Amino acid sequence: MYVAVKGGEKAIAAAHKLLAEERRGDSAIPAISTAQISEQLSLGVDRVMNEGTLYDREWAALAIKQARGDLIEAIFLLRAARTTLSRFGYCEPLDTSAIQAKRRISAAFKDIPGGQVLGPTFDYSHRLLEFELDAPPPAEVAAAAEAVAMPRVLELLGHEGLIEPASASDAAPGDLTEDPLEFPASRDLRLQNLARGDEGYLLALAYSTQRGYGRSHPFAGEIRHGHVEVSFIPEELGFAVTIGEIAITECEMINQFKGSGGVPPQFTRGYGLVFGQCERKAMSMALLDRSLRAGELGEERVAPAQDEEFVLSHSDNVQATGFVEHLKLPHYVDFQSELQLIRRLRKGGEKP
Amino acid sequence: MTEIAATQAQRRAALARLFALADWTLARELTEPFAGTAHHVVRGPETGLVMLRGRMGSTGAAFNFGEATATRCSVRLADKTEGHAYVLGRNGELARRMALCDALLQQPEADMAAFDKIAQQMDEAIAARRSAQAAKVAATKVDFFTVVRGDG
Repeated sequence: MYVAVKGGEKAIAAAHKLLAEERRGDSAIPAISTAQISEQLSLGVDRVMNEGTLYDREWAALAIKQARGDLIEAIFLLRAARTTLSRFGYCEPLDTSAIQAKRRISAAFKDIPGGQVLGPTFDYSHRLLEFELDAPPPAEVAAAAEAVAMPRVLELLGHEGLIEPASASDAAPGDLTEDPLEFPASRDLRLQNLARGDEGYLLALAYSTQRGYGRSHPFAGEIRHGHVEVSFIPEELGFAVTIGEIAITECEMINQFKGSGGVPPQFTRGYGLVFGQCERKAMSMALLDRSLRAGELGEERVAPAQDEEFVLSHSDNVQATGFVEHLKLPHYVDFQSELQLIRRLRKGGEKP
Repeated sequence: MTEIAATQAQRRAALARLFALADWTLARELTEPFAGTAHHVVRGPETGLVMLRGRMGSTGAAFNFGEATATRCSVRLADKTEGHAYVLGRNGELARRMALCDALLQQPEADMAAFDKIAQQMDEAIAARRSAQAAKVAATKVDFFTVVRGDG
């Protein structure tokens, strides 16, 4: 039972003023601009856009600044900002084959048409603190950089029939922002849920599948990062127009499958798609997409990562933080009743 | 749709795309000569959301994966020609300029040569930006060697 608590306005206002001062920090040190956050803490901005489910770099940067770098608080702020806007409509599905690739790798095939490009990556770095970080040398520039086609790596397997085809359906996908999630959830809704889910949570669950809690035997078939154009059909025009471009990362995992019934042994797919360069999350999402397909592929559900109700019900960190953190708000009346109950029980004899 | 109408739709879509991808400073500068054309703003500029979609396994069934801010604007010229614009982000001035150019492009007496020149300049700037990045990315192209284990 919740009972309203009145009063405290003066203290709350003072607490928020103190918060503002603490947020600013030492006034002798220059304040950071949202442009600096957007440019120099860009992966933090990417994460806030993903879990805030809104692609808007400037707003995400402002949210990070306002939240003093607390990304979950920033995600909450971005979600709240989103609710102030109306929906114009649905875009055409992104054509990620037309990506302006900044990074493209495969851990399954060494030689792939179009080649492997590492792009801006922490991979293979020594993880040593760099004390001269602020004066980087300029990036190298390749002499010949003619546009090369980058066919999909999983299609190489597809030509031989060694991997299942990508799921094909023309049905309009469901939308969690319009209708609440119900179980069993279809794959489109599971992917939407995972795309907005907490990166740490997805990472931990994906890790659990590798440690034996639900077997998936994955290979990173292909990871791509770069910009893709966004196409939209305004009702006033009736034809598709490019309305901008966004940065994305997609991950296609290749997983084992023994075959079942009339289906011969073949590889199966797990897919991850996120805003920006949240590669860890795209990979985790692909692992979980595959583990949650257990039912569809006739696999026994034995591990947490295969339990869609468990996975999908706890992935949203705005919901999670709301429920966990509400415990710190006044519960005085609830607690008094529990306290009285314990006292009566300890006196003995009296029925509660 | 007649061939002429199809061509006009293609021209409108092509110009809208270039506006959406080009640097705003350049787009504004190039279209400054049209900025003073008398027009009535029918709607907006207003900012809202568009839902983005991906495809399972990159080529399969569609799913919704997150929204983006977008801004739209519609204008009407003195001769009743209407222009419309949708663009990612929250730049209302850009959406209005796009809608105005969209309307002007549909007029029978539109200066196509002028629009083609603007389109070409924006296209070249976008291509230059993309190829500059591609050259840096290409420098990170890697050749992995596999070494047979256990022969040493």
